[in-house]
Amino acid sequence: MSALAPQMVRFTVNGQGVEVDAAGDVPLLAVLRGELGLTGSRFGCGLEQCGACTVLVDGEPAYACSRPAWSVADRSVATIEAAEHDLVLAALRRAFLDEQAGQCGYCLSGIILSARALLAREPSPDRPAIVAALDRHLCRCGAHNRIVRAVQRAAARLAEEVAP
Amino acid sequence: MIANQLPRSLADNPRLDAWIGFDRPGQVRISTGKVELGQGVLTAIAQIAAEELDVAPTRLRLVSGEAGEGPNEGYTAGSYSVENSGGALRIVCAEVRALFLERTAVLLDCAAEELDVDDGAFRRDGRPTGFDYWRLAGDIDLSREATGGASPKPVAAYRLVGRSLPRTDLPEKIGGGAFIHDMRMPDLLHARVLRQAWRGAVLGALDERALHRAARRTIEVVREGSFLALLGDDEASVEAAAAVAREKATWSGGERPPDEVADAGWLMAQPTVERVIAEGEPAEAGEKIEATYSRGFIAHASIGPSCALAHWDGTRLDVWTHSQGVYPLRQSLARALGLDPGAVAVRHRQAAGCYGHNGADDAAFDAALLATRRPGRTVRVQWTRADELTASPFGAPMAVRLRAALGPQGRPADWGIEIWSAPHGQRPGMHGVVNLIGAEALPGAPPRVPPGDVPDANGFGSARNAHAPYDLPAQRIVTHFVAGHPVRTSSLRGLGAFANVFAIESFIDELAEAAGRDPVAYRLSLLADPRARATIEAVAAMAGWSPDAPAGEGTAKGIGFSRYKNKAAYMAAIAEVELDEEVRVTRVWCAVDAGLVINPDGAANQVEGGVVQAASWALKESVRFQDGRAGCVQWDDYPILRFSEVPAVEIRFMDMASEPPLGLGEVAQGPTAAAIGNAVARALGARIRDLPLSRDRIIEALL
Ligand code: FES
Ligand code: FES
Repeated sequence: MSALAPQMVRFTVNGQGVEVDAAGDVPLLAVLRGELGLTGSRFGCGLEQCGACTVLVDGEPAYACSRPAWSVADRSVATIEAAEHDLVLAALRRAFLDEQAGQCGYCLSGIILSARALLAREPSPDRPAIVAALDRHLCRCGAHNRIVRAVQRAAARLAEEVAP
Repeated sequence: MIANQLPRSLADNPRLDAWIGFDRPGQVRISTGKVELGQGVLTAIAQIAAEELDVAPTRLRLVSGEAGEGPNEGYTAGSYSVENSGGALRIVCAEVRALFLERTAVLLDCAAEELDVDDGAFRRDGRPTGFDYWRLAGDIDLSREATGGASPKPVAAYRLVGRSLPRTDLPEKIGGGAFIHDMRMPDLLHARVLRQAWRGAVLGALDERALHRAARRTIEVVREGSFLALLGDDEASVEAAAAVAREKATWSGGERPPDEVADAGWLMAQPTVERVIAEGEPAEAGEKIEATYSRGFIAHASIGPSCALAHWDGTRLDVWTHSQGVYPLRQSLARALGLDPGAVAVRHRQAAGCYGHNGADDAAFDAALLATRRPGRTVRVQWTRADELTASPFGAPMAVRLRAALGPQGRPADWGIEIWSAPHGQRPGMHGVVNLIGAEALPGAPPRVPPGDVPDANGFGSARNAHAPYDLPAQRIVTHFVAGHPVRTSSLRGLGAFANVFAIESFIDELAEAAGRDPVAYRLSLLADPRARATIEAVAAMAGWSPDAPAGEGTAKGIGFSRYKNKAAYMAAIAEVELDEEVRVTRVWCAVDAGLVINPDGAANQVEGGVVQAASWALKESVRFQDGRAGCVQWDDYPILRFSEVPAVEIRFMDMASEPPLGLGEVAQGPTAAAIGNAVARALGARIRDLPLSRDRIIEALL
């Protein structure tokens, strides 16, 4: 058995600098959920096929399940737990609750992060743009229509807040 | 006898303190045997309890799914929760409120009628009395049995029931860690289990050195018979070793299913247990029409693969699970491990939606067994995506043959339905069997006992909704139950109702066409039940149904109707489809009569979700088998409906608040599939009778 030498990497998670052992291609998701205790990102498939694990890496949606932790060295990662400081994420979260957009909720944190990236790019997306941005996510409970409405609601509320 | 009037849950758990307690100041403990599966049941139950007690819902502390502590309500399944658990709590809370008010009346020397309750405080003629539930809790012994003697509130007095209160469990789920997967324990030992390739498959020799090499950190291999598990402190290493084990494992023996196992023809050729449920005789005259419909294996396909934790300290086993039935699971675990059930605590923790019997119980067994092999550690078992898709029980394949003779005015002069089906109920403990796949892999596992069908009292399994809801003469209902089916199948949302309603409603459209009648008008001509009629009329109005809509133009609407289990909620659905080589469902309108709706938005959420899921089943889903194995090891092999494919859904609840609540969690499955099937038949000008309505089948029909 070839023992694994530690391979420390630094990056920021939700604005905080961290240093973790990324030896052996350990996936970012395992590091987030394990060592860092950020359990809001979910394991769904490990295959880049469901989106449950989606986080933002430098603002872009990324599958944390398959992405090796070493690949985010010196980058900035955002998870659903960032909703505590990120106004847009917080607005999304509130809109999801207002719309009761979800049943089991397992798919939602990844979806909300993709929506966060969309709103950064396009503050007032229309329905097709939302659908296109979320098409990489699966929801088995069938909460899709509510989820799309929740993203629209969050966008509208944020637009009101920035309007003079 | 009063006991007969009590809902089943209360008759089984008659003590008041099994359901309610006032042990913490300002709080009410409400216990339920039903568990939250993402269906919002705990919110609905809280509304019912808070309503009857007259306390703010925020005062309730819900304790759910703790085997050994709360009420034993069997499984959370079959859309029974509001009816049974809600029904029990309605009576319990009304009775408790009355007991407290009687006691207050004695203390104040007044009549109980002069008193009322305001957020838990007792008032006399609207003024505070200084008494409340908590102050008097010590005076009243709740260890007595419910009598059912107090009358619950009349509907007109409801302030909480009937309102769309937000779900209590959602905020945490859109935040940090609300799921069993997120439980963190100090002494965790991660585990992966190798699943048998098929039932009874015997694991060949496996070079354990290769597993250790792949792990690159210390792991342990536990092998007992064909049960193989990898354990270690580092999850990634355990997973790496498990991946190699899956690749290198060789299998022999057992009940290896043939490649054609998913075909309706194969199912219909198997030895069956035949049962005549209704005796109707065929009519002599009339044009005879016959058609056979089918659905294949459908995966539960939870978004979160199953997970469980367990800890054994040498005398006591603690298990955390997302099972739908903590009491039956406890019995099965104890039996399979040779323990006294009293030494096993099983607690429910939430997970991704399961929609029936998925891998939850099996994962619990995996963790429990391994905990007993590693005393003092908390073993955490995480299934892979492939495990979840291929090792969870499948929804049972079915074939349904219908026949009728057309009499005067195109009305059926007779009616017959014959159903071929694999089992719909193989949950832990059912039919006296442990039913845990890990246990089947152990040395000396008892030979498999062919299961029975789901009992009639539970709403039937294969024959669920086999009885057509129309006024038909001489219905004949026969089931051919394939008890010895080699593939493990069990309860999936709706059980037999999905295929039976799809078949019956498709056939009704075929009869309407043969009779030259509009499908909506034809249904109404066969229905006397005013609630059924009103539901169909409502959906036709919502969708702007027109009898003269052209057919075969690449777009069309179709209707489907059913009353779930012939006794729960009614639903009529109209689907609009567009098709070229593929079907797109663009809109679905639904009218639902669920009697009194406890939480309208929660109910709408359930129905909407059911519509989308049923559309996914109907358009895309079926599992193929190859080389003995299910061919759906990843999502790419088993596509489900995506955001870009989901129809707009519009729902209307019929105003029936004066009628008792009717279960609706599974009501959408059959009518939605039927509406889509009927719309596709009209748009295509040809009928596809086998689900799913896949691209290949459309192309074949177009040729
Ligand atoms: S868990 Fe990463 S895409 Fe499914
Ligand atoms: S809400 Fe359950 S998977 Fe999306």
